[in-house]
Amino acid sequence: MSAILPPSDRLWWKQPIDKVEWAWIGIAFVWGMIMFAMMIYWHIYGKQNLSNEAYKTTPELFAAKAEKFIAENTIRTETDQDIPVVKVPAGGDGYLIARLWAWYPILELEEGQTYKIHLSSMDYLHGFSLQPVNINIEVIPGYEHVVKMTPTKKGTYAIVCNEYCGIGHHSMLGRIYVK
Amino acid sequence: MATTYRTCPISGMQFEDQAEKLMRWNAVAGVLWLLVGGVTALLVILTRWPAIKLLPADQFYLILTAHGIDMLILWILFFEMAVLYFASSTLLRCRIATPKIAWLGFWLMVVGGIITNVAIFQGESSVMFTSYVPMQAKPHFYLGIILVAVGALLGTCVFFGTLVVAKKDKTYQGSLPLVTFGALTAAIIATFTILSGAGILIPTFFWSMGWIKEIDAQLYRMVWWGLGHSSQQINVAAHVSVWYLTAAVLFNAKPLSEKVSRFAFLLYILFLQLASAHHLLSDPGMSAEWKVLNTSYFMYFAVMASMIHGFTVPGAIEAAQRRKGFTNGMFEWLRKAPWGNPVFSGMFISLVSFGFLGGISGVVLGTEQINMLMHNTFYVPGHFHTTVVSGTTLAFMSITFLLVPVLFRRELILPKLCQIQPYLYGISMGVLGLVMMGAGTLGVSRRHWDMAFSGAPFQYEWPGAAYLMMGLTGIFGVLAVIGGGLWILLIVGSLLFGKKLDGGKVSDKPTPIPVETQAASAVAHGSDHQPVPGTVVLALLLFVTFVLYYFVNWKYLSEVWLLS
Repeated sequence: MSAILPPSDRLWWKQPIDKVEWAWIGIAFVWGMIMFAMMIYWHIYGKQNLSNEAYKTTPELFAAKAEKFIAENTIRTETDQDIPVVKVPAGGDGYLIARLWAWYPILELEEGQTYKIHLSSMDYLHGFSLQPVNINIEVIPGYEHVVKMTPTKKGTYAIVCNEYCGIGHHSMLGRIYVK
Repeated sequence: MATTYRTCPISGMQFEDQAEKLMRWNAVAGVLWLLVGGVTALLVILTRWPAIKLLPADQFYLILTAHGIDMLILWILFFEMAVLYFASSTLLRCRIATPKIAWLGFWLMVVGGIITNVAIFQGESSVMFTSYVPMQAKPHFYLGIILVAVGALLGTCVFFGTLVVAKKDKTYQGSLPLVTFGALTAAIIATFTILSGAGILIPTFFWSMGWIKEIDAQLYRMVWWGLGHSSQQINVAAHVSVWYLTAAVLFNAKPLSEKVSRFAFLLYILFLQLASAHHLLSDPGMSAEWKVLNTSYFMYFAVMASMIHGFTVPGAIEAAQRRKGFTNGMFEWLRKAPWGNPVFSGMFISLVSFGFLGGISGVVLGTEQINMLMHNTFYVPGHFHTTVVSGTTLAFMSITFLLVPVLFRRELILPKLCQIQPYLYGISMGVLGLVMMGAGTLGVSRRHWDMAFSGAPFQYEWPGAAYLMMGLTGIFGVLAVIGGGLWILLIVGSLLFGKKLDGGKVSDKPTPIPVETQAASAVAHGSDHQPVPGTVVLALLLFVTFVLYYFVNWKYLSEVWLLS
């Protein structure tokens, strides 16, 4: 009978399934397989895959590496807070610190070059949200995530923090230049 | 324990005294939490509306934390307890197992909910619904949630026990009704979910007391989402059951195939829990293989299950309507459906919203690489307002219009407004979800107080379209709050002032569900097959929309910076 009564046929599992239902199950199954294959296909042929390279670290260790990188590659400072602008060597490693409530330092990249950007947090979770490109990556304390990035267009880009990190969350804005 | 059984004269359903009281108290508690959640919703909306920006930052984050907890945990869980007791004791016409434990569970949930809310409103626990470590709330914030979880687990056990009672007392013959089977699915997922929650929140509580030094932030996210996402899967199983229930009560619809619908529920049990991965796709700590396998619910088997329900629910209604003679063309069955009955209109809007908006956006959002375009943007709350709100909440609201006369024995007040409510709420919430997703596609962040980044060392100007989307979010958000507030007014008003209805015959013994004669089951078997062309057209429309939107997003992804 209806869905609120026990099935009228005690042997309901022996009832044949209608052709239309089979067809829809078939469509749903095949579509699921296509979507599954799409993710694997993109890993092989696609150009936008999030890096798997990550290491356990500590805020102190990561900060030390980042400070060394900044000391060696700073080309100028900007804003009244004298935030260093650091030119990442073409094809080389850049470090970006997320902390309450800033992205540090400012990175300068070149169009068409591939960089290994190391991301980690000093305190809470933060969200790396590159705008207006709209790439979003979670930044977690204790983990150093090495993301290979190739900017495709010149311009000034903003890094918005999009993981809630306390009262100053909305003022946590960073910058990347692509020359 | 001595108890009585009341047979409702309107529906013919039989309510055991203790179970009936439990359902009423749980439903009323749910509605009260919805009220708190609704007030906080209005404050959140009016703050994110760039033209208004009502609250200062600290109050905004406090209110947003309360909104998440009160809606996603408290309103939904209390209502689901009522659904579980209904699907077991009422549908199987038996006494409820261990009512005292059920009451203990209820009061634990009440006390836990209040404790957590006190913690939030004291102001030092604005850690959001997700309470990611290492940001720390006060210990009683976690303690309250743990109590709610223990209470819900007790309720779930009472549900399982009640199934055993029905079997033992032989109040039904053969297999469980489909709706009860769906509720059983929800309860099994709930057990897993609550254990995941205990697995992370108890250590986190210890950590907040200083008894544990550190909790790994990545590990927290993985285990917490075993609670956070899986609890939404309880909602899916519960509201799909409510859809089948509505179809059965209003249309006397029977499932197109018991086997297919039950198999789809079984797929939920097997695969839905993997969805914790949906929240970790842009995280450093998991490998791509892990992400691909888990985010797709092991090759999309749970998506397949939802697509099956999306076909069989309207299909069952169409078949029932056609049997009644609405056979002209493709859609007479749908045109002549009771659109003026809020039980039906709410259920159907919920079905469409969950399928077209929530389902499709969810799968796209949960695609490993595409997730990078949307992770933590306003797209995410946009998505889940079309699943858990215009899907689950609307389904629960619409079934309540049925429960007021049947369970609470009151006539609905202001029937004209009751007719309007599902349209006002469902449509404004659906549009709200869409414009939120629109803003998210343009990059706007979720859980963010100020689009203008006041106090930041630099400036970033969002595209004008993003401000437009946020303005529309404000307008449709307010409309949705009005629709939700109207529902609370109508329901509470009916409980207080609605005309009292006759409760029906009371007896000391349950009347078992009559066993159908052999002749009846012979008729039901195969021979009355009813084609459902209208449902096929609707399903194909869903499929085409799904495929187009899915590939459009791959196109977007191919245009961003190269990443490897």
